[in-house]
Amino acid sequence: MKKSKISLVFNKCKIEKRSALITYTVAGDNNVNNSIKILNKISKHADILELGFPHNTPIADGGQIQGSSHRALKHGIKLKDVFHIVKRFKKNNPSKPIILMGYFNLIYQNGEDNFLKSCKASGVDGLIIVDLPYPENKNFANKCKKKSINFIQLISPTTSKDRVKKIIKDSHDMIYYISMLSTTGGELKVSPKKILQNYNKIKRIDPKKNLVIGFGITDKTISSLKSASGLVVGSMLCKTITNSLKMGQNPVTKLDKVVYNLKKKII
Amino acid sequence: MSLKIKKNIPLIDQHDKNYMYGGKFGGNFIPETLKKPIDDLTKLFAKLRKDKKFINERDYYFKNYVGAPTPFIKLENLTEHLKGAQIYAKVVSEANGGAHKIYNATVHCLIAKKAGKKYVVGDTGAGYAGKMLSMAAKKFGLNCKIFMGAKDIKRQRPNADAIKKNGAEIVPVTTGSQTLVDAVSECMRYWVSNCDTTHMCVGSTVGPNIFIKICAWSTAQISRELIEQIKEEFGKIPNKLKLINCVGGGSSAAGFWNEFMDTHAQFIGVEAGGPKNSKLHAAPLTNGSKIGILHGAAQYVIQDKEGQIGSTESISAGLDYPGISPLHCFLKDTKRAKYTSVNDEEALKAYQLVSKLENISPSLEPSHAFAEAIKLAPKLKSSEVIIVNSCGDSLKDKDIIKQKLGSYIR
Repeated sequence: MKKSKISLVFNKCKIEKRSALITYTVAGDNNVNNSIKILNKISKHADILELGFPHNTPIADGGQIQGSSHRALKHGIKLKDVFHIVKRFKKNNPSKPIILMGYFNLIYQNGEDNFLKSCKASGVDGLIIVDLPYPENKNFANKCKKKSINFIQLISPTTSKDRVKKIIKDSHDMIYYISMLSTTGGELKVSPKKILQNYNKIKRIDPKKNLVIGFGITDKTISSLKSASGLVVGSMLCKTITNSLKMGQNPVTKLDKVVYNLKKKII
Repeated sequence: MSLKIKKNIPLIDQHDKNYMYGGKFGGNFIPETLKKPIDDLTKLFAKLRKDKKFINERDYYFKNYVGAPTPFIKLENLTEHLKGAQIYAKVVSEANGGAHKIYNATVHCLIAKKAGKKYVVGDTGAGYAGKMLSMAAKKFGLNCKIFMGAKDIKRQRPNADAIKKNGAEIVPVTTGSQTLVDAVSECMRYWVSNCDTTHMCVGSTVGPNIFIKICAWSTAQISRELIEQIKEEFGKIPNKLKLINCVGGGSSAAGFWNEFMDTHAQFIGVEAGGPKNSKLHAAPLTNGSKIGILHGAAQYVIQDKEGQIGSTESISAGLDYPGISPLHCFLKDTKRAKYTSVNDEEALKAYQLVSKLENISPSLEPSHAFAEAIKLAPKLKSSEVIIVNSCGDSLKDKDIIKQKLGSYIR
């Protein structure tokens, strides 16, 4: 079977002996055009791009991502705009993986099959659905697999060992480890050493799996976690957009710099 | 295929292996982090509800702390005034704290103790769920934090003050509409971050399945009392009996109807229709909202085509919620219960009429139910019986009522 673009990126990073840098921004923050510009810029440094499709009643997002989602929704962003952003980006960057992240109700209203069709047509490589846990997600994950779209399972510090094994067994090319008990963007309340201990326990179950760490990662903490297969930075980027808008600066150039610096810290 | 309710099985247990009622309502749409705490709570509750010692403990506190049974009275003057069906009230507002929320709060604190948790958090709209949780937490020696929309803190000042007086911390929620929907979201987010030390109480029959179960199991006390009181009053369950209850999240209605599920009693749920001439409302069942996912459960919910949760409006903070319990979605689709809505103005008028004629003074939530009773009663024969669940007292709405009607009577 043909390798997914997500697999190829992790293979490349393995050869370069570094972890993959994964960024998260909200589609349409602060508007559709800037969102495309941001992706074009930061993709020079980032290996995989997560793109949030905003929901107005998120139950697992902290203040920063809520703020970004709110801005995007205020600008009237709809799912069709999200796919438009992906399509426009992919035209110039066909091999750079894009993962959509969001809440299930939007997919439910759009229709699962319809949603996946749009994913396929625009070039989405993977999906993270925050409120569709294992095993309830089995059906939908299988549908994704059939369309060669990665369904990315989540594992948290509260996930039991038994459950971790089952989740890994049913996972696709990437698994997301939530670093601590927190919403997105919380202050890192666990030491990086402890996070890596937990991470390695999970990694040992199937060392071939691309296991990435997310939640609470900033320029301050990223280098201490760089032994992981991949690292996700999200809230810090949303905060950068918020601050640059407040200061009347261009969020695109600001974000470019921040992501460049993050990359420097893990190579 | 039409959905059916099964007989002799508690309504809360009529779900499939994915915790869905009728295959489409409820479930656990939750972040991975909450899987384990919710599994743990599910197992603990399954054990406790079979444990005689726990049941005795619950009954002890319901009797000696909540004050069971709450009165069941005939509203002679209102009946006389409307000249139709006999109207009764189950005066649940006589329970300690002034509303049905005390049942859920007490049971949650008992469970938190069994789980060894020292902290409880909860959401609140009208402020009753928060007030009762703070009361019960104080009684059982737990630290308590209440999430309440900033708009609700302003419009339900007496309850907000009571929460503080009970030693709990109020966290004002300033996101979104600053009402109940945002308070529930913020409370769930807090629990995601603190689920290792903290027990969460969802204030109504909404949220992930276990919270629906615990809440409806707790409020069922209302109908356990009522069915006895009815038999005492009438000798049997009257042939034509309507049980009318307001529904926001749906916790008091679920409890008011539970023991009558397999009987011929008719159930009428009354949603908040919002201001007259306004497009905004809080009545997803009456207005044919589509199924969507809100706060971890599939339910009929006010939303746009994309799946963004819609704005609501109601004079009653306790009913001002875009979703509705999956249990009520199930009762609607099985046609076991009927749902309708009344608007703000009708609810206010009902408050006024009942407060003037009777010794009770319902808050704006049950005033919605009274408004429906007042509409129906004159069309019915005197042999027919209507019972309204008067599940809250108007005192908390004093400011709103004064502002809307110019004066407050009780």
